[in-house]
Amino acid sequence: MGMTIAEKIIARAAGVDTVKAGDIHTVNLDRMMSNDGTTHLTVDMYHNKLNHPHIADTKKMVFIVDHNVPADNPKTAASQKKMRDFAREHNIDFWEGKGVCHQIMMEHYVCPGELIFGADSHTCTYGALGAFGTGVGCTDLLYGMVTGTSWVLVPETIKCNLTGRLPEGVYPRDLMLTIIGTIGANGANYQVMEFCGEGAKTLSVNDRMVLCNLSVEVGAKTAIFEADEIALEYLKARGREPKAVFRSDADASYVKEYTFDLSEIQPVAAKPDFVDAVVPAKEVCGVHIDEAFLGSCNNGRIDELRVGAAIVKGRKVSDHVRFLVVPASQEVYLQALEEGLIATFMESGAIVMNPNCSVCWGSCQGVIGENEVLISTGTRNFKGRAGHPSSKVYLGSAATVAASAVKGEICTADML
Amino acid sequence: MEQFTGRVWVLGDDIDTDIIIPTEYLAMKTIDDMKQYGFSPLRPELAAQIREGDIIVAGKNFGCGSSREQAPEVIKALGIRCILAKSFARIFFRNSINNGLLLIEQPDLYDDMKEGDTITVTVNQDVDYQGKTYPIASLPENLVEIINAGGLVRAMRRRNGLDQD
Repeated sequence: MGMTIAEKIIARAAGVDTVKAGDIHTVNLDRMMSNDGTTHLTVDMYHNKLNHPHIADTKKMVFIVDHNVPADNPKTAASQKKMRDFAREHNIDFWEGKGVCHQIMMEHYVCPGELIFGADSHTCTYGALGAFGTGVGCTDLLYGMVTGTSWVLVPETIKCNLTGRLPEGVYPRDLMLTIIGTIGANGANYQVMEFCGEGAKTLSVNDRMVLCNLSVEVGAKTAIFEADEIALEYLKARGREPKAVFRSDADASYVKEYTFDLSEIQPVAAKPDFVDAVVPAKEVCGVHIDEAFLGSCNNGRIDELRVGAAIVKGRKVSDHVRFLVVPASQEVYLQALEEGLIATFMESGAIVMNPNCSVCWGSCQGVIGENEVLISTGTRNFKGRAGHPSSKVYLGSAATVAASAVKGEICTADML
Repeated sequence: MEQFTGRVWVLGDDIDTDIIIPTEYLAMKTIDDMKQYGFSPLRPELAAQIREGDIIVAGKNFGCGSSREQAPEVIKALGIRCILAKSFARIFFRNSINNGLLLIEQPDLYDDMKEGDTITVTVNQDVDYQGKTYPIASLPENLVEIINAGGLVRAMRRRNGLDQD
């Protein structure tokens, strides 16, 4: 029996020839990422719960401060100091304020064929480069940091065939929200989503990140694309080499298959409070909004900033809306500056923020108050996710968010 | 076979980790400080009502969302003995096991369960609710070892001979 890409990565990390879904293996981790959401807890456990703590390989570790950056109160400042001091003491790569963790990882670390644990649920983003990235908690991270290994249950793989090409004005985010609405919030629980087919070839690494990043919202352990010439070109431009380039075998086993025709996708929105409450964006047009957010590890890259800027150019943000624009990294920010996008946003009345997780994680910046409504390119719309428990979050594409910011109510770009 | 009886709280489908412990309380110093806010977006009164040994029964996809490990820690600190759900989100599942919190999948109990009633759980065997028996699967041995040790860190210490039973 052949293997899928995900199975091949696990087999390599486990040092065995073959694995199959349902097996439990001990694996060597290629890399581990931890951010300021929980690193202080890992550090506490390292110091207080282990007798002879040590780090298996500090070169495999990356610490990134991105959730509350710069620190917004003495408690987060203390947590971050703990993380910063630990990184310095142990010579761990440390990033602070340079970007959202997954964007930093994609820009500087992730290589095809790697098995990466991250103490953040959206670590599944790395499948855009043919790596197996998956989210874990701080205890799993600690175990990995100390032993260099972990255990994995080999997941089943779902095949997602992509055909056609996205129409003008429709974005990968509309595609992924449509997929989430189709298969449901636990439709891929503990499974891998493998994206393939001719439609996949029409998607850039940026686009693929949008898809892989949200796979955790259907419960997936990770999502993955084959590291094709598009991925290898991205890698080469950044001076990195693949660990291993895997393709799924023709006789690999899939638990389920879906086909999504990109040419049929339309702008959509996810309604509060569930990511799979996905409807055509037209159905929620007219909903009054108080805030709009363009950013996050899902949708804060140069492509989305270009889309948003083109829509607000020459227009003004509605006077009752706070429009937050948050580039996913400083690299993205600098590129946006160079292209004049930041000026366009500011002239429209947007608030341009430093790269960080911002209101997507409901802390630090832009939190919304009682009964307020946010339209967001963030990752989640759970009850209270962006602030007060009574507040509401709609998810949409960068185009829908920017258009809604101008109109003061949810609308699609073609309605301006 | 380990057996225990407890009073049940019934929660719904897709109970996410932002509901279990909202972001705004994560900066608190200890889990004991946080636990009073457990489930507050959904049921602000619940945390104060939970007693040691109570059980949660829920629908599908319990624990979806953020990987925050404070979620199972808060549930454990509230005194919850175990959670029975139709299904669990995978990161939450791992985090719970790693913290010694017992999770059990059971497809039918949730549909029949009335809040406030008691159930008897026989680990790796079944659940008894008002005389009706609901079968449950056995957990893999490596996970049982972790739960029984009280979590992954203690299991690792025990395996390395650092802790004695």
